[in-house]
Amino acid sequence: MIDRRSFLSVSAMGAGAMLVAPRMVLATVPTERRFVFIIQRGAADGLNIVVPYADPAYARLRGALAIDPAGATKLDGTFALHPSLAETARMYSERQALFVHAVASPYRDRSHFDGQNVLETGGRQPYQLKDGWLNRLVGMMPKAKDEAIALAATVPMALRGAAQVTSYAPSSLPTPSDDLLLRVGQLYAADPQLHPLWSAALEAKGLAEGAAAKQDPASLGKLTASFLVKPNGPRIAMIETGGWDTHSGQQGRLAAQLKALDTLLGSLRDNLGPAWSQTAVLIATEFGRTAAANGTGGTDHGTGSVAMLVGGAIRGGRIMADWPGLGASALYEGRDLKPTASMDSLIAGLAGETFGIDPAHVSHTLFGVTDAMPGLAMT
Amino acid sequence: MPVTGLSPAAIALNRFGLGAKPSDAAPTDPKRWLTGQFDRFDTRPADFAALPDAGAMVKAYREQQQAMRQAARLAAPQAPDMPSAKPTRSADQIAARQDFAQDVQALYRQAIQARTQSALQTAAPFVERMVHFWSNHFCISADNPQTSAFAGAFERDAIRPHVLGRFEDMLLAVEHHPAMLIYLNQIQSIGPNSLAAQRAARRDPGKARGLNENLGREIMELHTLGVRSGYTQTDVTEFARALTGWSVGAQGPQDDGNAGDFAFRPNLHEPGPRTILGKVYTQAGEDQAKAVLADFARAPATATHIATKLARHFAGDNPPPPLVQRLAVSFSRNKGDLPALYRTLIDSPEPWAPAPLKFKTPWEWTISVLRGLGRTEIGQIQMAGVQSQLGQPVWKPGSPAGWDDVAASWAAPDALLRRVEFAQRLVAPLGDTLDARTIGPRLVPASLSAATTEQIGRAESPGSALALLLVSPDFLRR
Repeated sequence: MIDRRSFLSVSAMGAGAMLVAPRMVLATVPTERRFVFIIQRGAADGLNIVVPYADPAYARLRGALAIDPAGATKLDGTFALHPSLAETARMYSERQALFVHAVASPYRDRSHFDGQNVLETGGRQPYQLKDGWLNRLVGMMPKAKDEAIALAATVPMALRGAAQVTSYAPSSLPTPSDDLLLRVGQLYAADPQLHPLWSAALEAKGLAEGAAAKQDPASLGKLTASFLVKPNGPRIAMIETGGWDTHSGQQGRLAAQLKALDTLLGSLRDNLGPAWSQTAVLIATEFGRTAAANGTGGTDHGTGSVAMLVGGAIRGGRIMADWPGLGASALYEGRDLKPTASMDSLIAGLAGETFGIDPAHVSHTLFGVTDAMPGLAMT
Repeated sequence: MPVTGLSPAAIALNRFGLGAKPSDAAPTDPKRWLTGQFDRFDTRPADFAALPDAGAMVKAYREQQQAMRQAARLAAPQAPDMPSAKPTRSADQIAARQDFAQDVQALYRQAIQARTQSALQTAAPFVERMVHFWSNHFCISADNPQTSAFAGAFERDAIRPHVLGRFEDMLLAVEHHPAMLIYLNQIQSIGPNSLAAQRAARRDPGKARGLNENLGREIMELHTLGVRSGYTQTDVTEFARALTGWSVGAQGPQDDGNAGDFAFRPNLHEPGPRTILGKVYTQAGEDQAKAVLADFARAPATATHIATKLARHFAGDNPPPPLVQRLAVSFSRNKGDLPALYRTLIDSPEPWAPAPLKFKTPWEWTISVLRGLGRTEIGQIQMAGVQSQLGQPVWKPGSPAGWDDVAASWAAPDALLRRVEFAQRLVAPLGDTLDARTIGPRLVPASLSAATTEQIGRAESPGSALALLLVSPDFLRR
């Protein structure tokens, strides 16, 4: 039987670290730190990503869907990493990956769309807030040229709001003539909605000259890195991934999804070069999936999941989990992994430490509370 | 927002319709022009009718796969002690699979061409817009070959025939359609106490078989009642049990149905009564879930849910509550009769507000551009590719919620740049055959803004002027 409260699995993060007061630094120069948010849309199955192989209930609940620890990367005596995550495993061994398990946003009702809205806005309820927490974080940054970019044709909810952000996705359409671009600019000059969009589009276009124009995970990692390494480029990026809603055929689908994610992360690391040491990447999903396999080779909508933190700025090589266990009485509503950690608190702590801003202040601006998980990133 | 006051004629053509054509005369009675279209709508246009039979295609592929597996089993040495070994696919099987995927892609693209053609040629652009609206409300996402194969048939057979009918009939047609049953995993869902599950448990006690609640949940959350309308997880699970047995034909070797037809499989159905939202359903077999669907269709929550989406589509991203209220009352009072609902919409003041209320989605914008250039044939333009480029691949929203209907999802820097790129590419071969200065005022009657008129007049070439018209603020919004 596992110690249900094996709070931290590696002693690197002892009690001492928890007591260090977060530094009150409000950066006044454009930061060297980079923050990347990768959203997993569709409810990624945390129990098969960071696998609680030593939990006696795991194999029974999952049956044929259970990940065999023999083929996975053992992280410690309790958890193993899905075999598709080879680069991520390497990061873990180099103390550049940290996994926070049994984590969830405040949302509890198992609708993808509402769940994603809560995850992205930072509200307590779906649609309560009209802007995203990542946009509010941009607003806390020292003003440099432009601070955030979404690697997508449109701006995802987390990045929508008052702060100016841009979006970019590779296109294979022909480039318009400079004359047309100029005239379109004149056409939009007096339009309050179109004018800022157009300025941002032209700026992103200028930044992306010569970057790889393909959408495979390796190219996407390279493209994202190409923005983040520019001296006057953005320091915050968001990448959207979909396809995590594995109601059936989970084994093969999840393996392919994780392989793509792993390739993306490896490519980010390789193409960021020295900037990787200054980078924090958060990979999170709207909620987890049922503890038990369903009857169709998959899992249904659940609650708690895992958040992955990778990058050279992460205090990695650890798993943080106040593990609730998978016994029948331990499950949330008798069916899901019970959340014991707050996603909002994790985001506030990570963002605060990454940018050297008081995490309590970040927490208040992003989520309206003062609750920040300590010790996630190098300060 | 710059107020370029739109005339009622411009609103009828562009906000209710799919965009004006240069040959369109501005309607003198805009409301009658809209309601008159109810008699002119073509349910099954020729291009849609001409689509290959997806059911036959899928069935032929399954039979081929079955035959190959059979042949492989006969050829392979018997190894009964290795039950869990995964059979490797032969080169022939892999080739057949690739052929099938290619056929499906070709069918998917052809269906999108048919959809576009219909939008260019329709005599009832408002009703055609409603087809697109409902198709997105009840959406499937063509993310795998099985769903992609049926995507065009889904809109043709489940949506189009009911766009001027009753909501309840459309709901039943949608939930019976193979595209939906495959997309939301219903064909795999098995009642835990069904005959099939009992037999399977005797054969192989270790293997769990059971429910998949995906379709049940999305029907409640997205198609009918709406999220947070008061149902519980237990209601979802009970409805999923009621739905067991809903399936499609030609699933197994002995099954000689058509893969494109609904099939009810009693062996998969969970026996016994179900309690959903406090009501007990004692019906047997397929009728159980049908009875539940009928109640969902008539529920007040459904009326509000539909009214909200409809109001958002025509009166702005934050729909005015009085309009939502009026539409919900109309929906309930007329038992989901859709023409009555559309009349309520057309007779309401809110959708006729002169300021632009909506930022066009990529699909809306592309169709209005093609119509605006006077195209009646889609010709060589591959709409599937164009819509992917512009960020809204047809029938592939990637989730059962469908595409978002708010500006924030579409008004973005890169998306805007792509529209400019596409407009430039589209006008390139036209030379000076069209004069933006004459067609502009025809497309947005009595409403083109002074700034746009000025920029068009100053453009360096007829092509440039046309491209500017198509990406002008007046043309990006409706």
